[in-house]
Amino acid sequence: MSTRNRDIILLILVAIIAIAPMVMYSGLGEDQGYFSGSDGAAGEAIEELGYEPWFSSFWEPPSGEIESLLFALQAAIGAIIIGYFIGYWRGASKNKKE
Amino acid sequence: MHIMEGFLPPIWCLFWYILSIPVIAYGIIRIKKVTEETPESKSLLAVSGAFMFVLSSLKIPSVTGSCSHPTGNGLGAAIFGPAVAAVLATIVLLFQAILLAHGGLTTLGANVFSMGIIGPLVAWGVYKGFTKSGISAAIAIFFAAFLGDLFTYVTTSFQLAMAFPEPTFQAALTTFLGIFAITQIPLAIAEGLLTVVIWDQLTKYKPRLLEKLNALKISSSSKKSSEVSGDS
Repeated sequence: MSTRNRDIILLILVAIIAIAPMVMYSGLGEDQGYFSGSDGAAGEAIEELGYEPWFSSFWEPPSGEIESLLFALQAAIGAIIIGYFIGYWRGASKNKKE
Repeated sequence: MHIMEGFLPPIWCLFWYILSIPVIAYGIIRIKKVTEETPESKSLLAVSGAFMFVLSSLKIPSVTGSCSHPTGNGLGAAIFGPAVAAVLATIVLLFQAILLAHGGLTTLGANVFSMGIIGPLVAWGVYKGFTKSGISAAIAIFFAAFLGDLFTYVTTSFQLAMAFPEPTFQAALTTFLGIFAITQIPLAIAEGLLTVVIWDQLTKYKPRLLEKLNALKISSSSKKSSEVSGDS
Protein backbone atom coordinates (compact mmCIF):
# COMPACT_ATOMS: atom_id res chain seq x y z
CA MET A 1 0.00 0.00 0.00
CA SER A 2 1.34 3.44 -0.83
CA THR A 3 1.91 5.74 2.11
CA ARG A 4 -0.63 8.12 0.63
CA ASN A 5 -3.40 5.52 0.76
CA ARG A 6 -2.26 4.45 4.19
CA ASP A 7 -2.40 8.04 5.44
CA ILE A 8 -5.92 8.48 4.10
CA ILE A 9 -7.05 5.34 5.94
CA LEU A 10 -5.37 6.53 9.14
CA LEU A 11 -7.13 9.91 8.92
CA ILE A 12 -10.48 8.15 8.41
CA LEU A 13 -9.77 6.09 11.54
CA VAL A 14 -9.05 9.27 13.49
CA ALA A 15 -12.37 10.70 12.32
CA ILE A 16 -14.17 7.53 13.46
CA ILE A 17 -12.53 7.73 16.89
CA ALA A 18 -13.72 11.33 17.25
CA ILE A 19 -17.24 10.74 15.93
CA ALA A 20 -18.02 7.44 17.70
CA PRO A 21 -18.56 9.00 21.17
CA MET A 22 -20.96 11.54 19.72
CA VAL A 23 -22.99 8.71 18.20
CA MET A 24 -22.82 6.62 21.40
CA TYR A 25 -24.10 9.49 23.53
CA SER A 26 -26.31 10.98 20.87
CA GLY A 27 -28.70 13.59 22.21
CA LEU A 28 -26.81 14.01 25.46
CA GLY A 29 -24.93 17.19 26.19
CA GLU A 30 -23.22 19.21 28.86
CA ASP A 31 -26.45 19.54 30.87
CA GLN A 32 -26.50 15.76 31.34
CA GLY A 33 -22.84 15.76 32.30
CA TYR A 34 -21.41 14.70 28.95
CA PHE A 35 -18.60 16.10 26.84
CA SER A 36 -17.18 18.52 29.32
CA GLY A 37 -13.41 18.64 29.73
CA SER A 38 -11.46 16.13 31.81
CA ASP A 39 -9.50 19.01 33.38
CA GLY A 40 -12.73 20.38 34.82
CA ALA A 41 -13.80 16.92 36.03
CA ALA A 42 -10.53 16.60 37.97
CA GLY A 43 -11.06 20.08 39.39
CA GLU A 44 -14.51 19.10 40.64
CA ALA A 45 -13.16 15.92 42.23
CA ILE A 46 -10.58 18.00 44.11
CA GLU A 47 -13.11 20.62 45.20
CA GLU A 48 -15.30 17.83 46.61
CA LEU A 49 -12.49 17.19 49.10
CA GLY A 50 -13.05 20.69 50.42
CA TYR A 51 -10.02 22.17 48.68
CA GLU A 52 -10.18 25.76 47.57
CA PRO A 53 -7.95 26.85 44.69
CA TRP A 54 -5.48 29.36 46.11
CA PHE A 55 -4.77 31.17 42.87
CA SER A 56 -6.89 31.94 39.85
CA SER A 57 -5.95 32.88 36.33
CA PHE A 58 -5.24 36.60 36.12
CA TRP A 59 -7.00 36.68 32.77
CA GLU A 60 -9.68 34.46 31.31
CA PRO A 61 -11.28 34.66 27.90
CA PRO A 62 -14.36 36.81 28.58
CA SER A 63 -16.68 34.42 26.75
CA GLY A 64 -16.85 31.00 25.15
CA GLU A 65 -16.76 32.68 21.76
CA ILE A 66 -13.47 34.39 22.48
CA GLU A 67 -12.09 31.20 23.96
CA SER A 68 -12.87 29.32 20.76
CA LEU A 69 -11.27 32.16 18.78
CA LEU A 70 -8.04 31.65 20.70
CA PHE A 71 -8.18 27.87 20.34
CA ALA A 72 -8.71 28.26 16.61
CA LEU A 73 -5.77 30.67 16.54
CA GLN A 74 -3.59 28.11 18.28
CA ALA A 75 -4.52 25.43 15.76
CA ALA A 76 -4.08 27.86 12.85
CA ILE A 77 -0.57 28.90 13.93
CA GLY A 78 0.47 25.25 14.09
CA ALA A 79 -1.22 24.31 10.84
CA ILE A 80 0.34 27.24 8.93
CA ILE A 81 3.83 26.25 10.06
CA ILE A 82 3.34 22.56 9.19
CA GLY A 83 1.73 23.39 5.84
CA TYR A 84 4.41 25.93 4.98
CA PHE A 85 7.33 23.57 5.51
CA ILE A 86 5.77 20.47 3.97
CA GLY A 87 4.67 22.52 0.98
CA TYR A 88 8.16 23.97 0.69
CA TRP A 89 9.82 20.54 0.86
CA ARG A 90 7.38 19.13 -1.65
CA GLY A 91 8.12 21.92 -4.09
CA ALA A 92 11.85 21.57 -3.58
CA SER A 93 11.81 17.82 -4.21
CA LYS A 94 9.69 18.32 -7.35
CA ASN A 95 12.13 20.89 -8.70
CA LYS A 96 15.01 18.52 -8.13
CA LYS A 97 13.36 15.79 -10.21
CA GLU A 98 12.59 18.04 -13.17
CA MET B 1 -3.87 16.94 31.21
CA HIS B 2 -3.69 20.41 32.55
CA ILE B 3 -3.85 20.77 36.26
CA MET B 4 -5.92 23.92 36.57
CA GLU B 5 -4.59 27.17 37.97
CA GLY B 6 -4.49 27.12 41.76
CA PHE B 7 -5.37 23.45 42.02
CA LEU B 8 -2.04 22.34 43.44
CA PRO B 9 -0.93 23.35 46.93
CA PRO B 10 1.99 25.84 46.73
CA ILE B 11 4.54 23.35 48.04
CA TRP B 12 3.74 20.95 45.17
CA CYS B 13 3.87 23.78 42.64
CA LEU B 14 7.36 24.56 43.85
CA PHE B 15 8.36 20.88 43.86
CA TRP B 16 7.42 20.35 40.20
CA TYR B 17 9.00 23.65 39.16
CA ILE B 18 12.26 22.56 40.75
CA LEU B 19 12.18 19.26 38.84
CA SER B 20 11.17 20.82 35.52
CA ILE B 21 13.40 23.88 35.29
CA PRO B 22 16.74 22.00 34.90
CA VAL B 23 15.25 19.87 32.11
CA ILE B 24 13.98 22.94 30.27
CA ALA B 25 17.37 24.61 30.69
CA TYR B 26 19.11 21.52 29.34
CA GLY B 27 16.60 21.43 26.47
CA ILE B 28 17.45 25.01 25.52
CA ILE B 29 21.14 24.07 25.43
CA ARG B 30 20.31 21.03 23.29
CA ILE B 31 18.30 23.16 20.87
CA LYS B 32 21.20 25.60 20.57
CA LYS B 33 23.61 22.75 19.93
CA VAL B 34 21.50 20.90 17.40
CA THR B 35 20.64 24.04 15.42
CA GLU B 36 24.29 25.05 15.32
CA GLU B 37 25.48 21.62 14.21
CA THR B 38 22.58 21.01 11.85
CA PRO B 39 21.07 24.36 10.85
CA GLU B 40 18.67 22.63 8.44
CA SER B 41 17.01 20.95 11.43
CA LYS B 42 15.37 24.26 12.38
CA SER B 43 12.49 23.56 10.02
CA LEU B 44 11.98 20.13 11.56
CA LEU B 45 12.03 21.69 15.01
CA ALA B 46 9.40 24.20 13.92
CA VAL B 47 7.21 21.43 12.53
CA SER B 48 7.56 19.39 15.75
CA GLY B 49 6.53 22.38 17.83
CA ALA B 50 3.71 23.27 15.45
CA PHE B 51 2.44 19.68 15.61
CA MET B 52 2.22 20.02 19.39
CA PHE B 53 0.39 23.32 18.94
CA VAL B 54 -2.22 21.78 16.67
CA LEU B 55 -2.78 18.57 18.60
CA SER B 56 -3.09 20.20 22.00
CA SER B 57 -5.74 22.55 20.62
CA LEU B 58 -7.97 19.67 19.48
CA LYS B 59 -10.44 18.80 22.18
CA ILE B 60 -11.77 15.45 21.11
CA PRO B 61 -14.73 13.60 22.67
CA SER B 62 -13.87 10.25 24.20
CA VAL B 63 -15.93 7.09 24.67
CA THR B 64 -16.06 7.85 28.41
CA GLY B 65 -18.28 10.83 27.55
CA SER B 66 -15.86 13.58 28.44
CA CYS B 67 -13.46 15.52 26.27
CA SER B 68 -9.72 15.82 26.32
CA HIS B 69 -6.94 16.65 23.92
CA PRO B 70 -3.88 14.87 22.54
CA THR B 71 -0.46 16.25 23.38
CA GLY B 72 1.62 15.93 20.22
CA ASN B 73 4.73 15.36 22.32
CA GLY B 74 5.83 12.04 20.78
CA LEU B 75 7.01 13.41 17.44
CA GLY B 76 9.51 15.97 18.71
CA ALA B 77 10.72 13.58 21.41
CA ALA B 78 11.46 10.81 18.90
CA ILE B 79 13.38 13.18 16.62
CA PHE B 80 15.13 15.52 19.05
CA GLY B 81 14.98 13.74 22.42
CA PRO B 82 12.90 14.48 25.52
CA ALA B 83 14.69 17.64 26.71
CA VAL B 84 13.94 19.48 23.47
CA ALA B 85 10.33 18.33 23.69
CA ALA B 86 10.20 19.86 27.18
CA VAL B 87 11.00 23.29 25.71
CA LEU B 88 8.37 22.89 22.98
CA ALA B 89 5.78 21.79 25.55
CA THR B 90 6.59 24.79 27.74
CA ILE B 91 5.83 27.15 24.85
CA VAL B 92 2.49 25.43 24.21
CA LEU B 93 1.57 25.36 27.91
CA LEU B 94 2.45 29.05 28.34
CA PHE B 95 0.23 29.95 25.39
CA GLN B 96 -2.65 27.97 26.89
CA ALA B 97 -2.12 29.20 30.44
CA ILE B 98 -1.87 32.90 29.53
CA LEU B 99 -4.36 33.22 26.68
CA LEU B 100 -6.84 30.43 27.35
CA ALA B 101 -6.77 30.04 31.13
CA HIS B 102 -6.16 26.32 30.51
CA GLY B 103 -3.64 25.01 32.93
CA GLY B 104 -1.94 27.76 34.86
CA LEU B 105 1.23 29.54 35.80
CA THR B 106 1.29 28.10 39.32
CA THR B 107 0.79 24.60 37.91
CA LEU B 108 3.09 25.15 34.92
CA GLY B 109 5.95 23.23 36.51
CA ALA B 110 3.72 20.22 37.13
CA ASN B 111 2.17 20.37 33.65
CA VAL B 112 5.58 20.67 31.99
CA PHE B 113 6.73 17.67 34.01
CA SER B 114 3.89 15.47 32.71
CA MET B 115 3.48 16.70 29.12
CA GLY B 116 7.01 17.92 28.52
CA ILE B 117 9.17 15.46 30.42
CA ILE B 118 7.63 12.09 31.34
CA GLY B 119 5.48 11.80 28.19
CA PRO B 120 8.40 12.61 25.85
CA LEU B 121 10.78 10.43 27.88
CA VAL B 122 8.46 7.46 27.41
CA ALA B 123 7.95 8.29 23.72
CA TRP B 124 11.68 8.64 23.10
CA GLY B 125 12.47 5.39 24.94
CA VAL B 126 9.79 3.48 23.06
CA TYR B 127 10.90 4.88 19.71
CA LYS B 128 14.56 4.09 20.25
CA GLY B 129 13.83 0.66 21.74
CA PHE B 130 11.48 -0.36 18.94
CA THR B 131 13.68 0.84 16.06
CA LYS B 132 16.79 -0.75 17.61
CA SER B 133 15.04 -4.10 17.79
CA GLY B 134 14.29 -3.85 14.08
CA ILE B 135 10.65 -2.74 14.13
CA SER B 136 9.75 -0.35 11.32
CA ALA B 137 9.98 3.36 12.12
CA ALA B 138 6.29 3.94 11.31
CA ILE B 139 5.12 1.36 13.86
CA ALA B 140 7.67 2.63 16.39
CA ILE B 141 6.45 6.22 16.02
CA PHE B 142 2.84 5.08 16.48
CA PHE B 143 3.58 3.41 19.81
CA ALA B 144 5.90 6.24 20.86
CA ALA B 145 3.15 8.82 20.31
CA PHE B 146 0.44 6.59 21.79
CA LEU B 147 2.37 5.84 24.98
CA GLY B 148 3.86 9.34 25.24
CA ASP B 149 0.34 10.75 25.23
CA LEU B 150 -1.05 8.17 27.64
CA PHE B 151 1.78 8.48 30.13
CA THR B 152 1.38 12.24 30.18
CA TYR B 153 -2.08 11.68 31.65
CA VAL B 154 -0.94 8.86 33.92
CA THR B 155 1.66 11.26 35.31
CA THR B 156 -0.98 13.95 35.87
CA SER B 157 -3.06 11.40 37.79
CA PHE B 158 -0.06 10.55 39.98
CA GLN B 159 0.69 14.22 40.57
CA LEU B 160 -2.86 14.90 41.74
CA ALA B 161 -3.01 11.73 43.86
CA MET B 162 0.25 12.75 45.55
CA ALA B 163 -1.12 16.20 46.34
CA PHE B 164 -4.57 14.91 47.37
CA PRO B 165 -4.13 11.40 48.82
CA GLU B 166 -7.69 11.23 50.16
CA PRO B 167 -9.00 8.97 51.52
CA THR B 168 -5.88 7.02 50.54
CA PHE B 169 -3.26 7.58 47.86
CA GLN B 170 -4.46 4.50 45.97
CA ALA B 171 -8.11 5.49 46.05
CA ALA B 172 -7.22 8.98 44.85
CA LEU B 173 -5.02 7.57 42.10
CA THR B 174 -7.85 5.33 40.88
CA THR B 175 -10.18 8.34 40.77
CA PHE B 176 -7.75 10.50 38.80
CA LEU B 177 -6.72 7.68 36.46
CA GLY B 178 -10.43 7.18 35.79
CA ILE B 179 -10.84 10.85 34.92
CA PHE B 180 -7.67 11.31 32.87
CA ALA B 181 -6.11 8.07 31.68
CA ILE B 182 -9.20 6.08 30.71
CA THR B 183 -10.62 9.06 28.81
CA GLN B 184 -7.29 9.38 27.08
CA ILE B 185 -6.93 5.86 25.61
CA PRO B 186 -8.90 6.46 22.39
CA LEU B 187 -7.37 9.92 22.03
CA ALA B 188 -3.90 8.50 22.44
CA ILE B 189 -4.66 6.05 19.62
CA ALA B 190 -5.82 9.00 17.48
CA GLU B 191 -2.62 10.83 18.33
CA GLY B 192 -0.56 7.80 17.33
CA LEU B 193 -2.33 7.65 13.97
CA LEU B 194 -1.93 11.38 13.31
CA THR B 195 1.74 11.17 14.21
CA VAL B 196 2.24 8.40 11.64
CA VAL B 197 0.62 10.63 8.99
CA ILE B 198 3.01 13.52 9.65
CA TRP B 199 5.90 11.08 10.04
CA ASP B 200 5.22 9.76 6.53
CA GLN B 201 5.61 13.30 5.20
CA LEU B 202 8.82 13.90 7.11
CA THR B 203 10.42 10.64 6.01
CA LYS B 204 9.34 11.28 2.43
CA TYR B 205 10.93 14.71 2.15
CA LYS B 206 13.61 14.78 4.84
CA PRO B 207 15.07 11.26 5.19
CA ARG B 208 18.68 12.51 5.07
CA LEU B 209 18.08 15.02 7.81
CA LEU B 210 16.30 12.51 10.04
CA GLU B 211 19.19 10.13 9.59
CA LYS B 212 21.64 12.85 10.48
CA LEU B 213 19.71 13.47 13.68
CA ASN B 214 19.89 9.74 14.41
CA ALA B 215 16.12 9.51 14.22
CA LEU B 216 15.98 7.23 11.19
CA LYS B 217 18.08 4.49 9.69
CA ILE B 218 18.02 4.30 5.94
CA SER B 219 18.84 1.01 4.29
CA SER B 220 22.00 1.12 2.19
CA SER B 221 20.16 0.37 -1.07
CA SER B 222 17.97 3.45 -0.88
CA LYS B 223 20.96 5.48 0.23
CA LYS B 224 22.69 5.08 -3.11
CA SER B 225 19.74 6.28 -5.12
CA SER B 226 19.30 9.57 -3.33
CA GLU B 227 21.83 12.32 -3.17
CA VAL B 228 24.07 12.69 -0.17
CA SER B 229 23.86 15.90 1.79
CA GLY B 230 26.99 17.64 3.04
CA ASP B 231 28.33 16.78 6.46
CA SER B 232 29.30 20.29 7.48
